[in-house]
Amino acid sequence: MISIDLLFEAVLFGILLGCFYAAVSLGLSVAFGLLDVPYVAHPALLILGSYFTFLLSKTGLDPIICGLLLMPVFYLIGIALYRFYYETFERRSSDTGVRGLAFFFGIAFIIEVCLILVFGVDQRTVSATYIGSSLEIGEYRFPYRMLVAFGIAIFLTTLLTLYFSKTFNGRAIKAVGQDEGALRLMGANPVKIKQLAFGIATAVNALAGAMLIIVGPVEPAMDRIYIGRTFCVVVLAGLGSMSGTLVAGLILGISESIVMMTFGASWAPAVSFGLLLLMLGIRPQGLFGR
Amino acid sequence: MKYSIYAFLTLLGFLGLSVMNVNEYVFFAGFVILQFVVLATAWNILGGYAGYVNFGVPAFIAVGAYTAVVLFKSISAPLVVQIIGGGILAGLLGLMVGLLTLKLRGIFFSIATVAVVFILETVVMNWRYVGGATGLQLTRPPDLWFFDTYTRMLFFVMAVLAIGSVSIARYIQDSFLGRGLRAVRDSEEAAECSGVPTLKIKLIACTISGALMGVAGAPMPMYLSYIEPTATFNLNYSISALGMPIIGGTSHWIGPVIGALLLATIQQIVTVTVSNELNVLVVGVLLVLFVVLAPDGILGLIKKWKQSSK
Repeated sequence: MISIDLLFEAVLFGILLGCFYAAVSLGLSVAFGLLDVPYVAHPALLILGSYFTFLLSKTGLDPIICGLLLMPVFYLIGIALYRFYYETFERRSSDTGVRGLAFFFGIAFIIEVCLILVFGVDQRTVSATYIGSSLEIGEYRFPYRMLVAFGIAIFLTTLLTLYFSKTFNGRAIKAVGQDEGALRLMGANPVKIKQLAFGIATAVNALAGAMLIIVGPVEPAMDRIYIGRTFCVVVLAGLGSMSGTLVAGLILGISESIVMMTFGASWAPAVSFGLLLLMLGIRPQGLFGR
Repeated sequence: MKYSIYAFLTLLGFLGLSVMNVNEYVFFAGFVILQFVVLATAWNILGGYAGYVNFGVPAFIAVGAYTAVVLFKSISAPLVVQIIGGGILAGLLGLMVGLLTLKLRGIFFSIATVAVVFILETVVMNWRYVGGATGLQLTRPPDLWFFDTYTRMLFFVMAVLAIGSVSIARYIQDSFLGRGLRAVRDSEEAAECSGVPTLKIKLIACTISGALMGVAGAPMPMYLSYIEPTATFNLNYSISALGMPIIGGTSHWIGPVIGALLLATIQQIVTVTVSNELNVLVVGVLLVLFVVLAPDGILGLIKKWKQSSK
């Protein structure tokens, strides 16, 4: 039995970790949750974001600035990717299931192998003033890198929630997930709206990628474990709910942190996948499902 | 009738090859190529016929391989028993995964199969008896039947398994099961309404597909004389086992065979001449190219070419 103190510490760390998981899942929550695109390549693009941040930060820029600079680039990548997906699969509407999945799975592996070929299998890190030191409050220590990630996570979630509820395009994106035909009747072009949403989802991923490499070392094959974490958060949240994503991230973060403390780090990967499988088996529409 | 003669002749050919005086490397690489024939064929039974995309191929391979290890370590079971045991347990896993299809379709099913891989990997990593994360060295028994080396024997065993799986897939394709699975792929609701017992045939397909993958994985520990979780549970198996049938063509049993023979051979050449990473890239790039440009795979291309030349 673990002591209450340790448990408290695990929960605190879990909250920080959970916000981080929520932030890396936001893009998937839009692309898969709202748009129903089988976006298995999301974690691979996340790692790509981390590596681009790594490259940019060699010039001496702060990793967060790098992430922000990468956002427009990723926005364009996202738009191109959706356009391509739409032209080849959705418009022909022929058996999108198997082929769409195979397409994104293939893209994920291509990104991963290209990263291995260019950077090797070694772990990569970035340096910044806030990496390596911790904030000490009483007897608890919070690594600054986790606090930075926490800040970015809250910022991104708030931004997206506001965007989806206040702006015309944001509402249109939500609408396109519910009823494409109705949107067309309202005089908006569903394909353009989806393209925009996919661009945003991928752009968010760039900043999340920067956050990932701030939090810890990154290696090319890491996208595989993040398939579990990101999909777990999105499925747990119920597809496409932004605030649900934050709550789901917290649930995952706290569970992982507690399991790590009680059973050891080697059991950690099973937590996200276990929760995911449990959720899919019992309630695939998620905790806050529509 | 004609098929069984061809299958028998192919088998005799493999038998002849494995006692002939050829370079040992042929059998070492040939084992892997034939293993992919089994995997691609097994994947296609569920993925190609029924349209359920299984990303969890390594889970089934690993269940086969680790069952073999446990059987070998505990009662030093002979290879045949290891393969049968691996097949049975992987088939059971298939049945359980099949139950997921009750609720899950499309990407949800696929992601759930990925989850199975990682959960089992974590369990094996923490299981001391089979070596945990560091792996386990195994000594091959001296039993060779009448082959010169153990690799030759394994090559022939895998050839038998490959021909067996292809025959099963061929039988399924034109049977009640295959027709039912195709109906499920086209429209599950319509199939159910027309009296197809969709759940039953999905469960059967998942079990057979899983068992065949387990059978393909069971000789692996003996082949490498070593087992280790990271390599066994590697998702690279998924991309290959799914890429090969899609590239070959999923509509007919020969598609996965063509895809596997072609791609696994290219992979073996690339692994030897360039690097291990690149062979995954080959499958990934070809897979994306094929799903975009030639959705019906090589079989579709051949069909088109035949029609246009008429």
